[in-house]
Amino acid sequence: MKPAHLKPALRYLGLLSVLAISIGPFLWQFATSIKGPNEDVFVPDFIPDDPTFGNYAAVADVVPVWTFALNSLSVASVNVVTNCLGAAMAGYALARLKFRGRKLAAVVFAGSILVPFEAILISLFLVTRGLGLTDTLTGVVLPGSIAALNVLLLRNAFLALPAEVEKAAIIDGANAWQRFTRLALPSVKGTLVVVALFSFMFSWDDFLWPLVVLSDQEKYTLTIGLAYLQGTFVQNQRLVAAGTIIAVLPLILLFLLLQKHFFRGVGEGAIKG
Amino acid sequence: MTHRPYTPWLFLLPGLAVCLMFTIFPFLNMIVLSFTDASTLGGGRFTGADNFVRMAGDPKFWVAARNSLLYMVCVVPPLVLLPLLIAMLAQKAVPGIGIFRTAFFTPVIASAVVVGLIWTWLLDSRGLVNNVVEALGGTRVPFLTDSTLLLFSSMLVTVWRGLGYYMVIYLAALANVPKDLHEAAMVDGAGPVRRFWSVTVPALRPTMVLIAALSAVNGFRVFSEIYLLSGGTGGPGGASTTMVMLIQSVGRGLTGEVGYASALSLVLFVILLGLLLITLKLNRREDQL
Repeated sequence: MKPAHLKPALRYLGLLSVLAISIGPFLWQFATSIKGPNEDVFVPDFIPDDPTFGNYAAVADVVPVWTFALNSLSVASVNVVTNCLGAAMAGYALARLKFRGRKLAAVVFAGSILVPFEAILISLFLVTRGLGLTDTLTGVVLPGSIAALNVLLLRNAFLALPAEVEKAAIIDGANAWQRFTRLALPSVKGTLVVVALFSFMFSWDDFLWPLVVLSDQEKYTLTIGLAYLQGTFVQNQRLVAAGTIIAVLPLILLFLLLQKHFFRGVGEGAIKG
Repeated sequence: MTHRPYTPWLFLLPGLAVCLMFTIFPFLNMIVLSFTDASTLGGGRFTGADNFVRMAGDPKFWVAARNSLLYMVCVVPPLVLLPLLIAMLAQKAVPGIGIFRTAFFTPVIASAVVVGLIWTWLLDSRGLVNNVVEALGGTRVPFLTDSTLLLFSSMLVTVWRGLGYYMVIYLAALANVPKDLHEAAMVDGAGPVRRFWSVTVPALRPTMVLIAALSAVNGFRVFSEIYLLSGGTGGPGGASTTMVMLIQSVGRGLTGEVGYASALSLVLFVILLGLLLITLKLNRREDQL
């Protein structure tokens, strides 16, 4: 018989090793970002002798990092609103309203999911240019503003609602828009949080599309701004490190805030095999 | 009457407009363009299969296709197996488990760009990893300057970033594995390794197929990691370029060859669709068992 406390000890040992692998690289980046100009950044030292936040101010002197952050924030916020509202409206119509052509509309959304973004990259650039939206943040947001996947996720959420309440509302004379905003939307809050979080994350993290659409540095989002920073100032790792921390910190905070909803939402079947 | 006949279409209008304009139309246009010699400046005559003939004789295409394929083949096994082991570690609700789960998910939240920059710094010729290698008595490894090693370094980053994501999917699936199966196997005297192969793996097979498909598709369309680790160059002489990097570099800029880039995109699409169909078939076979 093995001693009873050995197994939990082994489990914690495993958990701690994975923990070191997952967040060790972030800690190293953070350590680099607070090292002063006189400290050798190549020495593997996680705790700086003379920690300083000067690099965070200095990075703004070489690239407009706060402008980049603001651009990312506006793009991601708009993306959240358009996805939650637009996808909920379409999902509600598909799930709750009967009309001719409903199947056809559902096929358009299902078909859109099957098209990988990378395959239409160049063609999408031509459409965006045709609309005169290259080098604008609108051009960055618009193609992903209502993702087909979110429409189908919300359609499924609306389908799961019981029909009785809505029937009563119809008898009371509520029109479709009133039923949507007052009855249906509040009942799918859980799914909406997941859609919002993913829309924010996706938009904040997106790299390929902004890289193709934007060329004016003033319009850069954080991701392409950072790639540019690395290309130009690779000599000073402290600045690149400070830039990456600026890019990742808001997301970590947001995730910690919504974490409860997230793990529950995922369990509910947002992603199910 | 619960609503006017046009009401549903008002609800659908924004969503349908975005999907038709920014997905369906570009997709159909991509297919048409792939048979023309269109450039970024416009125009373009119908040239039949010329783009595809050119592709067959284009060494850059073969390098990119080989790299993407190699990438896909190499990242799938670790991404199917490692997150499962981590999920089994993180499954039991021991004290502090929330902190561990959240920490494991952090690399997923961080963008591919942030992750790429962090690892570029870690794998630098004078970086932390090489310092450790040297301290252990080895010689410095050219992780980012050798075209083959660059590909494998990028795969490492992809796997590292995927661990937490696929762990969450496995956690949801593990919750559905009936407990009595494990207990019965334990009564029969099966050890932990035996129980893993005879109970856990068979119960999770559909999830494993799903994760294999997801990681294969994502592996084949890799872009950000390799772009950042190579500083946008695709490695020495472009030897580590992948399919999406090639499409991006061919189709972009003032001299962008839209026709040829579209033909490359069509090939990418057909391969990804093929992967999807194979998965569906595998899943159907699972249902019959």
